[in-house]
Amino acid sequence: MMRRLFAALMIAALMLGLQGCSSIPWIKPALENTGPSTERSDPWERFNRRVFSFNEALDAVVIKPLALGYRAVVPEWLRTGVDNVFNNVGDLWSAVNLMLQAKPRAALEMGMRVATNTVFGIFGFVDVADELGLERRSVEDFGQTLGRWGLKSGPYLVLPLLGPSTLRDTAALTVDFKASPPNLAFREVRDQNGATALQLLNTRVKLLNASRVLDDIALDKYVLLRDAYLARRRSMIYDGEPPEDDEPAAPAAAASAPAK
Amino acid sequence: MLRRTWITALGLMCAVAAVPMARAEAVAADAFVRTLSNEVIDAVKADKAIQGGDVSRIRSLVDAKVMPHVDFQRMTAMSVGPQWRSATPEQQKRMLEEFKTLMVNTYSGALTQVKNQTVQVKPLRNTSPDSDLVVRTEVRGQGEPIQLDYRLEKAGEGWKIYDVNVGGFWVVEAYKGQFAKDLSAGGLDALITRLSEKNKSTRN
Repeated sequence: MMRRLFAALMIAALMLGLQGCSSIPWIKPALENTGPSTERSDPWERFNRRVFSFNEALDAVVIKPLALGYRAVVPEWLRTGVDNVFNNVGDLWSAVNLMLQAKPRAALEMGMRVATNTVFGIFGFVDVADELGLERRSVEDFGQTLGRWGLKSGPYLVLPLLGPSTLRDTAALTVDFKASPPNLAFREVRDQNGATALQLLNTRVKLLNASRVLDDIALDKYVLLRDAYLARRRSMIYDGEPPEDDEPAAPAAAASAPAK
Repeated sequence: MLRRTWITALGLMCAVAAVPMARAEAVAADAFVRTLSNEVIDAVKADKAIQGGDVSRIRSLVDAKVMPHVDFQRMTAMSVGPQWRSATPEQQKRMLEEFKTLMVNTYSGALTQVKNQTVQVKPLRNTSPDSDLVVRTEVRGQGEPIQLDYRLEKAGEGWKIYDVNVGGFWVVEAYKGQFAKDLSAGGLDALITRLSEKNKSTRN
C-alpha cells in the first residue's frame, strides 16, 4: 500500500512539475482543458475518434450483447448485490481519496459506510448504510484527488475499452487500478480477471439506459460523450459546485474565442 | 435637513419593503421547481403504460407538463449562437420545431429511467432580486444522488426554465457542441436538415 502511495505521489509530482514548465509552448495548451465546450480544445481528436470507433464496435459486437444476456439471465436481487459488493470496495478507495483531498468529515462518513456494510451487510452485499441514512455522496478516485489539488486535466483522451478519460485521469488510473475491487479482493490473477470481467458487465448493464438516451439525442456521439465526460468530471472534482466561468447568455464565439 | 432625512427614511422603507418581495420571488422559484418535479415524477410513477416503457406516452407527458414551462426559444437561440440573429423567420420557425422535438426526446429518454426516485430541492443560495437564478435539486433513489439544476428566468407571474444541468453538464452547452460542426459546415439550413433526420429516426 505504501509503495502504491509513493508511486501515486511521484506521478503527481511529475505532472505538477510539467505544469511548471508551462513556458514550453507545446506543454501549455496540452495542460489546459477546463473551458466550456465551444472553446475546449481536443488536440488528440483524430486519435480519440479512432479509439472511440473501436470501442463502439467492440461494444456493439461483444460487450452490449453480453450485458443484455447478463441482465436477462441473472435475477435483479443478485445483480444488485454484486453491484453493492463492488461499490463497497469502491467506497473504501473513495474514503482514502477523501482523506487525501483534506475532507476528513466526508472521509469518516465514507469509512463508516464501508464498516457498516461490511459487517452488517454481508461484506457489502446489502447496502445497509443507505437504509440507515448514510448515503454515498460521491465516488472519489485518484484523478479527482489530483484535480482537487490543482492539477489541470490535460487533453481529452479516449482509452481502448475504458472509454473517455483525460491525460491526468489516465495517469491516475494506474493507482486506481491497484486499489480496484478485483485487485484488493483477490490474489490470483485468474480470479482478478474474472472479477474484473464481472465488474465490466455490471457497469455496462447500469449504463444500458443511458447509452440508449445518448444514441437518441446525439448528432455527433463522440462530441457529446466528450463534452458530457469533461463537464461531469469537472463537477465531480468540485463536488457539484464548479466555479462559473462563462455567462450562459453570451453568444458562442466558437473558434474565434481566445482560450480562457 | 428634515426633508432629506424624510426622503432617506422613505427610501430605506422602500428598500426594506422590497427585500421580502425579493425573498417571496426567490421562494416562489424553488417552489415552482419542486411542484413541477413532483408533478412529473408522480405522473410517471402513476402511469402503467409509461412504467412499461411506452415512449410516446412519455413524450406527450413531457409535451403537456414540462414544455409550457420551458423558454425553448431562448434555449434554441443560445444553442445556435450568433447565426440565430441572422436567420430568417422561416428558418427560426423550423429550427424551433426541430429543437423542441429534440428536447422532448431527450427529456423523455431520461424519464424512462424513473422508477422510485424522489427530488429534493436544495435551499436557494442567492436571494438577490435578480431576474435569473439557478435552482439546484438532487434526484435520489438509486445509489449516488444525481445533481439536476435549472436556470430560471422570470416570466410574468411565474418562472421559465432556460437551461438544465444534469450531473454537471449544462444542456445548452451540450447542444452548442452538437450543433457547431453542422453550423460551420452548412449553416442553419444544414443543421435543421440534420436535426429533422435525427428526430425522425428517433421516433421510429
